[in-house]
Amino acid sequence: MKFVENIKPDVTTDIVYMMCPMHLLKLEEQMKELGQGQILEIMTDYDGALEDIPEWCGKTGNEFLGMEDSGDFFKFYIKKMAR
Amino acid sequence: MKKCYFDHVATNPLHPEVLDAMMPYFREEFGNPLSVYEYGVTAKNAIEEARGKVAGLINSKPSEIIFTSSGAEANNFALRGIAIARQNDGKHLIVSRVEHHSVLNSARFLEKSGFTVTYIPVDKKGFVDPDTVRKAITKETILISVTHASSEVGTIEPLKDIVKVARERNITVHSDAVATTGNIPVDVKDLGVDLLSMAAHQFYGPKGAGGIYIRQGLRIAPLIYGGIQESGRRAGTENVPAIVGMGKAAEMAGAEMQSRIEYLRPLRDRIIYVMSGIKNVYLTGGDKENRLPGHASFCVEFIEGEAMLLLLASKGIFSASGSACSSKALKASPVLLSMGIPSGLAQGSIVFSLGTGNTPEDIDYLLNEFQLVIKRLREISPYAQGWGDKEGGA
Repeated sequence: MKFVENIKPDVTTDIVYMMCPMHLLKLEEQMKELGQGQILEIMTDYDGALEDIPEWCGKTGNEFLGMEDSGDFFKFYIKKMAR
Repeated sequence: MKKCYFDHVATNPLHPEVLDAMMPYFREEFGNPLSVYEYGVTAKNAIEEARGKVAGLINSKPSEIIFTSSGAEANNFALRGIAIARQNDGKHLIVSRVEHHSVLNSARFLEKSGFTVTYIPVDKKGFVDPDTVRKAITKETILISVTHASSEVGTIEPLKDIVKVARERNITVHSDAVATTGNIPVDVKDLGVDLLSMAAHQFYGPKGAGGIYIRQGLRIAPLIYGGIQESGRRAGTENVPAIVGMGKAAEMAGAEMQSRIEYLRPLRDRIIYVMSGIKNVYLTGGDKENRLPGHASFCVEFIEGEAMLLLLASKGIFSASGSACSSKALKASPVLLSMGIPSGLAQGSIVFSLGTGNTPEDIDYLLNEFQLVIKRLREISPYAQGWGDKEGGA
């Protein structure tokens, strides 16, 4: 897992305490709204996202920049690459 | 025999137009809203339409409404969900003593789970004093829960002032608005609350449908775990017909609210005027302005509420004594006791809650029969003859 710090996202989505698979549904929904090169931050407490989000990025051609563990939840950073 | 229903805080009849709106979702439109094919899409669209209508009723965004099975579930969700989500900020909650059991018992559950709870008293009219709330706040306080109005005494609480107190300290505010939503204006933006509970059957919608307003951006742990229904916040296949009914009832309540209030208030005021003229009958709860429009509650000295209920019921008049729970348990209402009413007098509690189906003739019938019931029961009451302990209870 790649850890990052001080990334400035263009859009933030807080889905802490929302149940699986909201992390994938929200991810897809938000990425559609983003322009190419923009960065999405997703905050979630769901540990399944540790595998799912990088895998989703691989499948869809978007860049997984990394994550930050803030103790109570995770922050994932994804850069929109694919159209 | 004439039948007059005066227990609208217990529940309301389903409005015929609400039933008509629900029927297709019991029959041909039976799909699961999560299904991707036509049946599912129709059901999902119906839920989203209902969400928009409920949001319109309380001036929220549709995405801020989560459907539940009841007001009680919404209250459980609010207290337990916020306690879990904010436990790292503190472990202290404040609730009023006139809350519904679904709030009080959730608070008691949390006390057993390591949280502390301060139960705020009310004044003799049932009002929570925002200053008392302020004094109860500690560095650990994460949630204040105060009802918008008590269904038992009809008092409408000064929520906006309580919210102001909470805002000074970044404390989440929940309000149980089951008794008010759909009956008087409820505007979550104006009130400033973070969470607000409601129930469809309190405004001529069906039982089995409730909802909770959750301010956008607020974190709350789920009460029911499972799938992604309700944005992953409340699992379980949706009760589509009931939700559709709630939406229709909300739409109608919004459109007809002013006329319903204007119809109910004079009926209520007539009951209060006549009853207050009877010796040793005391109005409980708030004044006319700060009281639910169809709500008249009293304590009748020397008589038990249960006896009044039964005799009235034998005349086709249906009312309540205390909350539904305390009535069943034959206990003096904790709400009345918390208002400083002696337990003996609190035993003589009776609540008439009116609905749009009640006519002025119904009120005449009620007032006439009720005075006869009081007279008859006082004739056989040992307490009325002077050897009872008025303070000690029957």
